[in-house]
Amino acid sequence: MNETAGRAPEEPLPCVAVRDLVRTYRSGRGAAATEIRANDGITLTVRQGEIFGLLGPNGAGKSTLVRQLTGLLRPDAGSVELFGHDIVRHPERAARLLGYLGQESTALDELTVALAAETTGRLRGLTRAQARGAAADVLAELGLEPIAARPLAKLSGGQRRLACLAATLVGERPLLVLDEPTTGMDPVARRAVWSAVDRRRAEHGTTVLLVTHNVIEAETVLDRVAVVDDGRVIACDTPGGLKALVDGDVRLDLVWRDEAPLGVPAVAALRDRAECTGRRWTVRTTPEQARELVAAVTTGPAFAALDDFTLATPSLEDAYLKLGGRHGGLAK
Amino acid sequence: MTLLSAPGTRRSTGAPAPLAPAARLLPALAAVYRAQLARARVARIPLLFVATFQSVGILVMMRGVVDAGQTSEARSVVAGSSVLVVAFVALNLLAQYFGKLRATGGLDHYATLPVPAASVVLGAAAAYASFTLPGTVVTAAFGAVLFGLPLGQLWVLLAVVPLAGAALSGLGAACGLLAPRQEIATMLGQLGMSAALLLGVLPVDHLPQPVQWLRDLLPSTYGVDAFARTFAPDPDWAAVLGDLAVCAGVGVASLAVATWAYRRAVSR
Repeated sequence: MNETAGRAPEEPLPCVAVRDLVRTYRSGRGAAATEIRANDGITLTVRQGEIFGLLGPNGAGKSTLVRQLTGLLRPDAGSVELFGHDIVRHPERAARLLGYLGQESTALDELTVALAAETTGRLRGLTRAQARGAAADVLAELGLEPIAARPLAKLSGGQRRLACLAATLVGERPLLVLDEPTTGMDPVARRAVWSAVDRRRAEHGTTVLLVTHNVIEAETVLDRVAVVDDGRVIACDTPGGLKALVDGDVRLDLVWRDEAPLGVPAVAALRDRAECTGRRWTVRTTPEQARELVAAVTTGPAFAALDDFTLATPSLEDAYLKLGGRHGGLAK
Repeated sequence: MTLLSAPGTRRSTGAPAPLAPAARLLPALAAVYRAQLARARVARIPLLFVATFQSVGILVMMRGVVDAGQTSEARSVVAGSSVLVVAFVALNLLAQYFGKLRATGGLDHYATLPVPAASVVLGAAAAYASFTLPGTVVTAAFGAVLFGLPLGQLWVLLAVVPLAGAALSGLGAACGLLAPRQEIATMLGQLGMSAALLLGVLPVDHLPQPVQWLRDLLPSTYGVDAFARTFAPDPDWAAVLGDLAVCAGVGVASLAVATWAYRRAVSR
């Protein structure tokens, strides 16, 4: 059945509606070329006013998906609609509906922060006076005024990212697509980003589609999240809903001072179950077992070898792993 | 009772949302031009110095083999060295710029803005052509003094630089946007500049016939010839205008190809 036809008349159009999206790449040359399905039948809907996340490790297909939403890449199959506009047929309309922050800044690198923001505003259709005013407002909002006269290429990675975000925000758009916006930023800059996003949602009902591989960010700012792995959406829910998948489990992190005390039977038995990253062991288990383990490692020789331990309720990363995601793919 | 939409929601009907206005051709072109000129202050001034220095060096070198005075050789050398500055910047550097932008994903920035392709290409091409004006004037003045040619006709550079600049920057932008890899864009830009150097600076009467045909194919040739003619005691202005018209024609064609190449590069 056609979903649009079945929608109640008073229900708003979804901001983003993606159906069965497929995009393949050829990797390598000639006879040795292999076909990689970067997006393998992705379907998802983002509602107006939502902060919606795409969470997944590098190479999961998030950026390929985003490039099709922004009209930069044509899908092999499937449909993309933004606010009811068919973006596969009219990719040029995407630029008039969304503001996009990509991962590259080479087009702006040699401009000053102020001119990058102002020029982007003009290219978004603002007059010179409007663009200048809007750029000044956004620079003030993001705390970029002290570095407004410096070229982007001379800034640190986090500052440059923030300057690119400023350019994205000049000239209002109902949808913001932000591809890992906070990479390299310090906590002050991160807060500036999220408060700018929140302000636009509160004042204009702006929808935000956020690409991230940072679980903490995903848990704290997203309304809903689609977990992408290997070109597919393996789950789509609120962060709380996803964490309910692993409700009842807890995560125990043990950090050893040096070598793990394998002479202790409980520790030796744990070695095969734990995810070992250097001196850090992580184990997901029931609260009862975790209590026994904590008791075992906080006494005798195990305790002497222990540097630190934490017992925590499940995070989005635990949900991601439970869903079959790859270890080590997400940032904590 | 009146039903109000929830705070923050934009629309409550099933019709597609209105589109924000797109940027218009000329204001967007002006914005790109202005930004590119500002970029020059940061990144391009050393390269402009190199371009001028190279041409001045060639003038000094050629003075060793060509006598000063009103000869066609002297006119060719001065005009060729001056237009070489345009080839260095508008063809070579612009090919490298667009090659880099394409290879690093920088074109995505423009492709996700509602800006006409022609604004981006023409704005960048016009800016690169403008960068060359001071270097061209310096080279031409130095060359005219060195070879004992009149300085009174240098104003014609105000027509030669934009028209040769349009032809060469269109070519440079097209090379940068069509090259499959950044290294190839760089190589094409360098080759184009080398051709402009060898075929533009050397006195035309000394070149073998096949090389002269090759020279006729190069757009910078017509800029060189137009400028060279103006050094004559009684310039053939009709021929000057003819040469400039060829530059203008090639400029329109090459910029159209570059605009097409830009659209092709951003829609994959």
